[in-house]
Amino acid sequence: MADNTGTADIQEHAGTAGEDGVRRRDFINIAAVGAAGIGGIATLVPLISQMAPSADVLAESSTEIDISAIKPGQAIKGVFRKQPVFIRNLTTEEIAKANAVDVSSLRDPQSLEERTKPGKENWLITMGVCTHLGCVPLGAGEGEVKGEFGGYYCPCHGSVYDTAARIRKGPAPKNLEVPVYEFSSDTVVKIG
Amino acid sequence: MSFPWANHYEPKHPLMQWMDEKLPLPRFVYNAIGAGYPVPRNLNYFWNFGVLAGFCLVLQIVTGVILAMHYAPNALIAFDSTEHIMRDVNWGWLMRYAHANGASAFFVVVYLHIFRGFFFGSYKAPREMIWLLGVVIFLLMMATAFMGYVLPWGQMSFWGAKVITGLFGAIPLVGEPLQQWLLGGFAPDNAALNRFFSLHFLLPFVIAAVVILHIWALHIPGSSNPTGVEVKTESDTVPFHPYYTAKDGFGLGVFLILYCAMLFFLPNALGHPDNYIPANPMATPAHIVPEWYFWPFYAILRAFTFDFLFIPAKLMGVLAMFSSILVWFFLPWLDTSPVRSGHYRPLFRKFFFFGLIPTVLVLGYCGGAPAVEPYVMISQIATAYYFLHFLVILPLVSSIERPEPLPYSITESVLGSDDNADLKPAS
Amino acid sequence: MIRLFGILAGLFFSAAALWAFGNGAVNYITDPTAPTAEHEFHLLPKELNLASDGPFGKFDKQQLQRGFQVYKEVCSACHSLRHVAFRDLAALGYNEAEVKAIAAGFQVPGIDPATGETTTRPGLPIDYFPKPFANDIAARAANNNAVPPDLSLITKARHEGPAYVYSLLTGFQDQPAELVAKFPDAKTPNGLHYNPYFANLNLAMAPPLTSEGQVAYGEGNPKPTVDRMAQDVSAFLVWTAEPSLDKRKQTGWPVLGFLLFATVLAYLSKKEIWRDKKGH
Repeated sequence: MADNTGTADIQEHAGTAGEDGVRRRDFINIAAVGAAGIGGIATLVPLISQMAPSADVLAESSTEIDISAIKPGQAIKGVFRKQPVFIRNLTTEEIAKANAVDVSSLRDPQSLEERTKPGKENWLITMGVCTHLGCVPLGAGEGEVKGEFGGYYCPCHGSVYDTAARIRKGPAPKNLEVPVYEFSSDTVVKIG
Repeated sequence: MSFPWANHYEPKHPLMQWMDEKLPLPRFVYNAIGAGYPVPRNLNYFWNFGVLAGFCLVLQIVTGVILAMHYAPNALIAFDSTEHIMRDVNWGWLMRYAHANGASAFFVVVYLHIFRGFFFGSYKAPREMIWLLGVVIFLLMMATAFMGYVLPWGQMSFWGAKVITGLFGAIPLVGEPLQQWLLGGFAPDNAALNRFFSLHFLLPFVIAAVVILHIWALHIPGSSNPTGVEVKTESDTVPFHPYYTAKDGFGLGVFLILYCAMLFFLPNALGHPDNYIPANPMATPAHIVPEWYFWPFYAILRAFTFDFLFIPAKLMGVLAMFSSILVWFFLPWLDTSPVRSGHYRPLFRKFFFFGLIPTVLVLGYCGGAPAVEPYVMISQIATAYYFLHFLVILPLVSSIERPEPLPYSITESVLGSDDNADLKPAS
Repeated sequence: MIRLFGILAGLFFSAAALWAFGNGAVNYITDPTAPTAEHEFHLLPKELNLASDGPFGKFDKQQLQRGFQVYKEVCSACHSLRHVAFRDLAALGYNEAEVKAIAAGFQVPGIDPATGETTTRPGLPIDYFPKPFANDIAARAANNNAVPPDLSLITKARHEGPAYVYSLLTGFQDQPAELVAKFPDAKTPNGLHYNPYFANLNLAMAPPLTSEGQVAYGEGNPKPTVDRMAQDVSAFLVWTAEPSLDKRKQTGWPVLGFLLFATVLAYLSKKEIWRDKKGH
C-alpha cells in the first residue's frame, strides 16, 4: 500500500499508470478546470452588462420638441438623454458671421452648413454639453453671456463657441456636438 | 495547526519567492486550503457543505452588491425599484432571483452543515470554538436574511418586520421603547427600511469576518471526520489540494445544478405570493409566515399559547424561540460522551434519527402552516421534545450509553487494517 | 454545572410547551372552532393550461395580444397596470408603429407646457399604463368601497395566480341555497357578488366577462367565448407579471446543460485524483 501523501503522489502513481495514463489523467483535470473557467467567464456577462443603461433609460433616448415659439435670436434648452440640448434660431447676422470664418483655420473645422439641415440653416441644434469636461455652456438662456464670438461660453474653464457653436477659444477640443435629429414637421423636431 | 508531515510551501519561481518574502499570501492560502493542509482521508459528502456555504456567502455578496446598485431603499419606491430590477435592468431578473433563491440555498447548505455537526459530534473538544463561531455565523445569517426580506417592501416584508420587531416588544419594561428604537417609529416605515438596508449590506461582511475566524479555529485541531477518531499518522490524511478541492468541485457542480434548476424554472416556489403586493400598513395578509428557513423557530414561537406560571405566553414564546438557538452554544458541554461520531453511539443515533430529525421537520411544517389546530398542538409536542433532546436527553444519553468499539485509526476505518495498529494495542 | 442548569431549563421549556398543549387540547375538545362558510364553500382554482407553463413553455403571442385586448376593453376601466409601459408591448409582437398607436389611444397624465396645470395627453411608448382612478379614495368611492387591485403582478401575487384569475373570472354564480341554509349570516350582502374562488366568497367586482363576443377578436382568432377571454387575459397577466419568463427559460437550459457537462468532468477528475486513495 503506497499511502504516502502529498502532491508528489500524483506523479508517482501516474508513473505506474504509464504514458497514456498520464495523458488521460491530465486531460480530464485540465478539462474540468477549463470548464470551471469557461463557466466563470460566462457568469461575468450578466454581472457586467447589468451596469449598462436599462430598458427604461434606453426608451427615453428620443424626444420631440416644439420649436414654433422660438423667434430669431432666441434659443431654448430641451432635454435629450437627461442632458440639455440647445435649439437656437439664428438671425441672418449670426449666420453671416458664422459663414465669414475661414473653416480651415478652426480647431475642429466644420461649416455651419455641415452642422445644420439643408433649408433650415437658421436652426442650430447642439448638445448643451461642453466638449471639454461636460459643463453646460451659457448663451442659450435669455440674458446669458454669449462670449466674445456671440455663441456660447462655458464658465467652468473658459471655452468659447461661435454662432455655429464651434470651438474658438479655450480648452475644449471639439465643437458642441450636433445630435441626430430630424424635423417631424416645420414646428416639431425629433431628437434621437 | 500543522501535522509534522504536512507539505511545505516552496516557491520555485523567483517572483513567487519575492512575494513570499514580502507578503506570504500564497503561502497562507497553500496552508489554509491548499496542499499544505492535511485533511482526514475519510471525509464523506457531508463534509462538502462547509465549502458550499462559503460559496453561497460569496454568491450572496456579489449578487447583493449588484442589486444595491439598482435598488432604492425608500418606502415610496422600494417596491417599484425592485420591479424595475425585474423588468428593465439588464439581467436584473437573474440577479434578483439568484439572490432570493441564493438565500434559500445558503440556508439549505448551512442546515446540512449544522446537522452534520450534530451527528458527527463536530462540536466536541477540541473543536468547541469552531462550533461557537458557527452558531454566531448562523445568528448573523438569520438577522441578515430577515432584514433582506424586508427590502422589497411587499406585504410580507412589511408584516414580517412588524411581527419580528414585535418579538422584542415582549420583553418586560423595556420592550415597547426597544421596539420603537429598532423601527425608528411606531410601525415599520422609511426609517426602518433604511436601517435594514444599511445593516443588510453590512452584516454579510461581518459574517465573512467570522467565517475567517471559523476557518482559522478549524485549522488549529484540523478537520473532524466521520469516525470521530483523531488523526494519528500520515496515512490518515491526504492534502486538501488536490483531493478535497476535486471533491468539493464535484460537490459544487451538483449544488449548482440543483440551485440553477430552482433559479431558472421555479424561481418563486420558495417565496410567498403576498410579497408581490406592495406593503399596506392598513391590511394584514390572511396568513403571515416567514421564509421557510425560519419555520421551525416560528413554530416554537407560536407553540406557547398559554401563560406558564407567572410568565405571559408572548414572552414565553420569545424566550423559547431565542433559547432554541442559544442551546446550541452549550452543546459541547451538554453532550459529554467521549465518542464523537454518531456512528458508534447506538442510543444517541436512535434519538438523532427518530427524535431530533423528525421533530425539526415537523416543527418546520407546522411553522409554515396556518396557526390553527392541529398544527399548534403538534408543534407544542415537538417543541417539548426539542428542548428535552438538547438539554435533558443528550446529557443523560452521554452518561448511560455504551458506545460501540471505535476503529483504531482513520486508516483502519478506510482500509480495514492499519499497519501502525500492530505497534500499539487498540484503545 | 452547565448540565444541571441545562436539564432544569430543558424541563422548564418542555413543561411550558406541554402546559400549552394541555390547555389547548382541553379547549379544542370543549370549545371546538365553529365551521365557517369560507371554510366549507371556498374552492381551489380550476385547472388552467397555458402555453407558458412548464420548463419548456413559451408565451403564445397571439393569445397575449387577445388577452391584452380583453384587458384594454374590459379590465382597464377599473384596474391599473402600473408596472407595464406601452413600449413593453413590443414583446407581444406589435411593431413600433402599432405600439405608438396603442399608446396614443390612452390618455396619460401630463402637464400643460404653457400654464403648468395638470392635464392629460395621448400616451407615448415610454409612458406607463395610466391608472383609472386618481387615488385609492377615488377608487373606493367608485367601487363599492373596494380598491380594484393593480393587475401587473396579480398572477404572482396569488397562489396559483393564472388559474386563480381564470377561475375568478369564470366562477361567478348564484349563492348555493345550502350555504344560506347552513350559514344564514353569510348571505351575500347587497352590492357584492358570490364567487367560490374568492377567499371570503363575496367580492365587490361584478362579473366582468358576461357574454360571448363581448370583446371582438379579429379575423383568424378563436371564438371569443367567456371561457376563451378569461384564459386569454390570464395568459396576458402572466406576461405582465413576468415579461422575462421566456428569456429565463431560454437561458436556463443551456446553463443546466453546461453545468451537467462540467459536473461530469468534475466527477471524472475527482475519481482520477482519488483513484488510489479509497481503500479496497
